[in-house]
Parts: sequence; C-alpha cells; structure tokens
Amino acid sequence: MTKLLYYPGCTLKADAQHFEESAMCALKELGFELQELERWNCCGTVFSLATDNTMFHLAPLRNLLRTREEGGDKLFTLCSMCYNTLKRANKLFNEDPEKNDKVRKAMYEEAIAYDGKTQTLHLLSLLRDEVGFDTLKNKIGKGLNGIKLAPYYGCMLLRPDGLGVDNMEHPRVFEDLIRAMGAEAADFPFRAECCGSYQTAQQPEIVAERTRLIIGSARKCGADAVAVSCPLCAFNLDQRQAIAARLHSDFELMPVLYITECLCLALGIEFKEPWKAFHYAPVDAVIRKMEKKA
Amino acid sequence: MSKKQEQVSVFIMGKKFMVPAASTIMSALEYSGFQLKRGVGCREGFCGACATVYRLKDDFKIRTGLACQTVVQEGMLIAQIPFVPAVKPVYDISKLEPTITIFKQLYPETFRCLGCNTCSKACPQDIRVMDYINAVERGDLAKAAELSYDCIRCGMCALRCPAEIGQFNVAILAQRLYGSCLAPKSKEMIERVEQIRKGQFNEEMAAIKATDKAALKKMYYERDIEPGESV
Repeated sequence: MTKLLYYPGCTLKADAQHFEESAMCALKELGFELQELERWNCCGTVFSLATDNTMFHLAPLRNLLRTREEGGDKLFTLCSMCYNTLKRANKLFNEDPEKNDKVRKAMYEEAIAYDGKTQTLHLLSLLRDEVGFDTLKNKIGKGLNGIKLAPYYGCMLLRPDGLGVDNMEHPRVFEDLIRAMGAEAADFPFRAECCGSYQTAQQPEIVAERTRLIIGSARKCGADAVAVSCPLCAFNLDQRQAIAARLHSDFELMPVLYITECLCLALGIEFKEPWKAFHYAPVDAVIRKMEKKA
Repeated sequence: MSKKQEQVSVFIMGKKFMVPAASTIMSALEYSGFQLKRGVGCREGFCGACATVYRLKDDFKIRTGLACQTVVQEGMLIAQIPFVPAVKPVYDISKLEPTITIFKQLYPETFRCLGCNTCSKACPQDIRVMDYINAVERGDLAKAAELSYDCIRCGMCALRCPAEIGQFNVAILAQRLYGSCLAPKSKEMIERVEQIRKGQFNEEMAAIKATDKAALKKMYYERDIEPGESV
C-alpha cells in the first residue's frame, strides 16, 4: 500500500462525500491509501488574480506548508478547484519574488518556513503516470464494455496552460481513462465548455442553460452518463438539471457520475447505497447497466 | 524590604507610568492609579475579561494577552479591551441540528475566512483559531469543539479578523452542538439525574442545608471527589 498525503477540501466533506469515498475505495484496490493531512484549511477556493491581494494566497500556501510539516513533498487532491488553487499559489510563491517575500512575512508565526517544494498531484495524473492506463486496463479487463461515457473536463483541470493535468486544447487523459475502464468515450464537443461555475450561487438560471447545452450534447453523442471529476461541475451539471427541466419541457435528465464512481464499478467494487442520495438525476438504471458489464 | 524595587516605564493609553518590573499588566494599571471596573474579572487567567493589546519597544508586532497573566516589559504600550462587540444571534439549542447548515444561517460570515491566521496569532490562549473555523466550515464540529476548548471569549480573534468573523461565538455554538448532540452520553449522568428526579437525595440535601458553615467547609474538603473510582 502506497500512502498518499491527501488534501480533501471542504466540498468532499460536505456535498461530494461520495466522491471521496468512491476515490478511496478505488484507490485502495489499486494499492494506494489516502492519508488525510492532520491539519488543513480552506484551499482559497479560487486563485485570486488581483495584484494587491497577497492575503488570498496564504490559505493554499499554508496547506502546502502543512504537507512539508507532515514530512511529505506531494499533496494528493481530488477536487479540481483545490488542485488549481494549490498549484497556482505554489507557482506564484516560486516565481514572484515580491509576493514570495510578502507571504513569507505574513506567515511568521508558523513553526517552519515554507520552501515551495510541495507538488500538487491530481487523481487523473496519478492514474495516468503512476498506475498507468495499460496496467489499469489489464487489471480491469472487459470492465464497462458497452457503456458510453461523456468525459467532462470543465476548466480547472486544464487551465492555465502548463499547470493543468493535460494539454489545454487537446486533452485526452479522461478519454484514455474511460477506455482503460473498458467503456467507450463519447466524442463530446462540449467536454471543456464552461459549466457556469459560481454563477450557480447568484444566477442559477445561467448555469441551468449551460447544463442543458452540455447534457444535450452528451445525449446526442449517445452517452449513458456524463463523467466528471470536479465537484462544482458535478453540482452544476447534476443539480441544475432541475431548473433546466423546469425551463424546458423537452429536457431529459441524464445521470452525472464522478469518474471514481465509474472506476469503482469497473473494478467490480459495489456502488454504495448512500452515494445515490447525493445525485439529482437518477443513477439506478445506469448503475445496474454498468454492474452487469463489470 | 529595604532595597528599592526595580521599576520599568510603560505607556498606558499613551501616558507614561513607572511601575514595578515584576508586575502584571493588571497590577501595573492599579499601581498607576487606575480603578478597574470593566476589563477585570477572576484575576487567575480563566475568565477572559482582561484582554489587553500591547506592543513592545522597537517591535512592529501587535501582541495580545490577559492583563492578569502578562508581565510588563520596559517600553510596553498598553491598551485594555474590556468588551468586544461581536455577532451573537439568539437561538434555541434544543431545536438545532449539528450540521453545517446551522452555521450558514446563524454565522454566515464564518465562510468568509481567508486563511490569514491572524486570529490564531491574536489568541492569548494559543488556540489554533483558524483551524477550528476551518473545521466548522467543513462541518467537523467534534474537531471544532476540541480545538476551541480552551477559549475564554476574550474576543481578540474577532477584533483582528479581516473577514469580520466572530470566532469565539462560533466556537460556543460548535461546543454546544457537540455537547448536546454528538458527544457520547454518560450512562452514570443519566442514572444520577433520574435518581435526583425521584428524590433519592432530598433528605441528604436538607441535612446539608441545615449544616453550619464550619462543618460544611470540613465536609467539602473531606469529600470523595470520584466516589468508587479512587485506587
């Protein structure tokens, strides 16, 4: 069992508990144990782009510091938002001497000074680079053969260029993973479209329209479900289907699954009953179909 | 004492006073002629009434402490904070569920935390204030209650917070919800409450009430603190 220092972030302890649990189940099967950081705080939520707000970078950097305090140099994340914020804050720390100086001075109370050496590692990178899709494919075998999944990247996994888990314009990690699970990856033109992000708090109708477009596109491609890895995308694409259905009588619900839930099913791990309650669009039918295949 | 006590100069609200070097801030205030009505309480470091903000000579850092526990230093600049206005909604604890939703309703500003850790820096009790606020933010009330256990409600965290959170009141709610809903129930406590309700101790209580002060004192100091548990 390889231990990974793990940063959950708030959403995985609240609205995306099934993401955390399914990831833990699948990774255990693949020989990884997630060890939650003993101390962690908010990731910072969104990487701040204003020039005069160094304070916003303290939260992510502190988590990277905790990793060093606990003897690690890699921090594993599941949430795309956390991944993005942590990784960008580290880049800023290492490449902007003026801000580096400011944030270090603001963290004078910490027991050790942060050295900029924590690498943030996302689930998809781990599966691709450390497990390897060929190994995964051999382990899974037929897996989800006959299932078609629409991979939805969203923005935080891929942007900005150079910090994402894959090529910003032509990503393939999600598709490769889906194929390794034995399923078919839908050629899905809306896979990196914006889900509407935090508009969901202020103007959920904007997001519902995005959801209708994205889900509609997945349906046209013949997908059985949309596969996601970002909790905010998951929330928008799944929960906002309620508004989309209210606004458009022809809108049909489509299940939205975390890639880790799919991975569990591909690995023959039981889809746990409590996970279902976190979903808005019913998942029972697609899960039965996937269970039968795997 | 024939030898003159060593003195240091301190600045109380900007005015210079010479006080004994070994005094606490509180005794320095009284030595200088201030009569304390607010900002003073137990004088033992427990009640949190005497929060003080100070700076040291040639040092940019804002420091905090309890006046009754902090010893003066040469050149110290001192100000008392007798009261901290903080958000304090009224709620009926018996009607609340131990969930994150309650905090979103009653203390929505909790979720504005930036992670700057100024609250922890300001805490005279060395509590990891930011860590318990973050525990609340992710709904881990047991952790929040545990981390904030030593809080004495002096309010320094709330005064220093750039997100304007009233941390110490958030902590009380977390502790109350943990205590009433989540903490393991004590079997002995439930039995004892039942015994009291049934009037099992009425006679004993009446006898104690009728005892004079000296005998009562003797009884108090000779009591069994943990009956049946002592080894």
